[in-house]
Amino acid sequence: MAELHTKLKEKFPEAVLDLHDQNGDETVVIAKSALLTVGECLKNDPEFNMTVLIDLTAVDGLDMGWKPRFQVVYHFYSVEKNHRLRIKVGVDRKEATVSSLVKLWPAANWFEREVWDMFGIRFEGHPDLRRILMYEGFEGHPLRKDYPYNQRQPLIGPQN
Amino acid sequence: MSTQSSNLSPQPLRKTRTESMLLNVGPSHPAMHGIVRILTELEGEEVIGADIEIGYLHRAFEKMSEQNGYLQVIPYTDRLNYVSPLINNVGYCLAVEKLFGLEITERAKYIRVIMSEISRVTDHLTCIGATAMELGAFTAFLYFIKAREYLYELVESVTGARLTISYTRIGGVKGDLPKDFAERCRVAIKKTRAEIKEVDALLTKNRIFYDRLKDTGRISAKDALAYSITGPFLRSTGVDYDVRRATPYLVYDRFDFEIPVGEHGDNYDRYLCRMEEMEQSLRIVEQALEQIPEGDVLLDTDGKVITGEAMVDSAKMGLIEEIAGSSAVVDPTLDGTSKVNYRNIETVNKRASLPPKEDTYGNIEGLMNHFKTVMCGHGIRPPKGEAYMPVEGANGELGFYVVSDGTDKPYRVRVRPPCFTIMAALPLMLKGETFADIIPTFGSVNMIGGELDR
Repeated sequence: MAELHTKLKEKFPEAVLDLHDQNGDETVVIAKSALLTVGECLKNDPEFNMTVLIDLTAVDGLDMGWKPRFQVVYHFYSVEKNHRLRIKVGVDRKEATVSSLVKLWPAANWFEREVWDMFGIRFEGHPDLRRILMYEGFEGHPLRKDYPYNQRQPLIGPQN
Repeated sequence: MSTQSSNLSPQPLRKTRTESMLLNVGPSHPAMHGIVRILTELEGEEVIGADIEIGYLHRAFEKMSEQNGYLQVIPYTDRLNYVSPLINNVGYCLAVEKLFGLEITERAKYIRVIMSEISRVTDHLTCIGATAMELGAFTAFLYFIKAREYLYELVESVTGARLTISYTRIGGVKGDLPKDFAERCRVAIKKTRAEIKEVDALLTKNRIFYDRLKDTGRISAKDALAYSITGPFLRSTGVDYDVRRATPYLVYDRFDFEIPVGEHGDNYDRYLCRMEEMEQSLRIVEQALEQIPEGDVLLDTDGKVITGEAMVDSAKMGLIEEIAGSSAVVDPTLDGTSKVNYRNIETVNKRASLPPKEDTYGNIEGLMNHFKTVMCGHGIRPPKGEAYMPVEGANGELGFYVVSDGTDKPYRVRVRPPCFTIMAALPLMLKGETFADIIPTFGSVNMIGGELDR
């Protein structure tokens, strides 16, 4: 199979910060500012032709001491070419904002809502960034590593 | 005559004020499988907008996975898609094995395929049966639940449970198939085929069923891909994407099976796709039963086989050399696995699979072995890194993304639930349809609260 991650590096030498193909998953870490341009290229360039945004999630690197702390992880798949690519974007806690990919892949809508809900990462340009799994009024973002797993926030309804 | 015609001329319309009405469907509603709320905006009978609220069944799967060892996540995966839990088991274990770089034994691969395909059939049976029931065809539901029962009995005889099976292990499966499995499986397949045929005769050309499903809940292939829809839902639009064919895992490249595709992307095509997929899954099971080799089901034994009782006895007497590298023959429905010899596992510290329970309870070495594998701070440790492993779930691509920081707990376990993306696209399909069409469309989504909300 063609080496997609090196191809992307050739196309965007400045934007690509790191790349590896551990366990056979080709992975590219790109700069946050280049996400939209890289996304457009991935979708429209016939060489990549990433028709499907298979998955979008994030990882909190607090316990591993990552800098920047979060990584937003995108998994792309091309139905025509039958290849996969993982894109990662580092996000800092203070400026936890990434461009939204909803315009390119509508599927990002709910995925991004989930990442906002669970990690507190905002997506710029998202049409409707609400919580999705937790309820409105929930405090904190549960999948952050500094959110204790046994913390309870019972929903007791409106107070009269 | 002329006076009459003037009477028939259209009356000037009275100025009426129309406004849309909001109507809640769910969260607790007989036609909502699981708990989900659809807030619909209606104009008369027509749905002009819908907002979907999920999360009622959120049990923090991903958070809890980070608190335990790699092996302790397996029981949680049972609860993701509770209609086909075996596929979740397999998906998670494959992801962790990818992280380890483990290659499991041939027999274990075949067992995983057989159990996954049986699960796929039970899932489709439930989906079609429930959809038909909601449209008033209760008979079809009963027939399909009867067929599902034949398959659940098989699953029960192999795993010891019907739903919370926790059958796979990292490095293989918990126990071998029972001795008469192939025979009973063929009988069950035959009976299931008969039920499917019967329901096919009842539903496929049934005027009422056809009219309710045809041309409702339509989605184009372009939209389906844009919304990352996979599985039978995507295939009903004509895109032949199936993980088993696109990136074959386990031994799926050795079977002869077809991928049914639809044409219109409506509810009826989804129904036909699922019906045909069940037949293809049964074909895979039949072929796998023919091809399955003898051998171990867990990494990795020397091929010496002794009975469970003999293993316990020699272990109690301290005859450890006799049982080293041998596997115990035990009833797989209880807790038997095979004795593990860690020498041949290609991992960082050569510890991946659980020792057999006979060993654990029979002697101190086995107990220590078990302790070192599962206890907090001692468990198995994959190398640092990340892996994404897609498998074809009953609803579409089920992906597990596991990140390891080199300790005994997964740093992050992410599930890519197949029905999540379909639910995201549901408002698109409901818009412009009548209110009654929500039921078949929602039924064909086959929403499973467990994997949707995790």
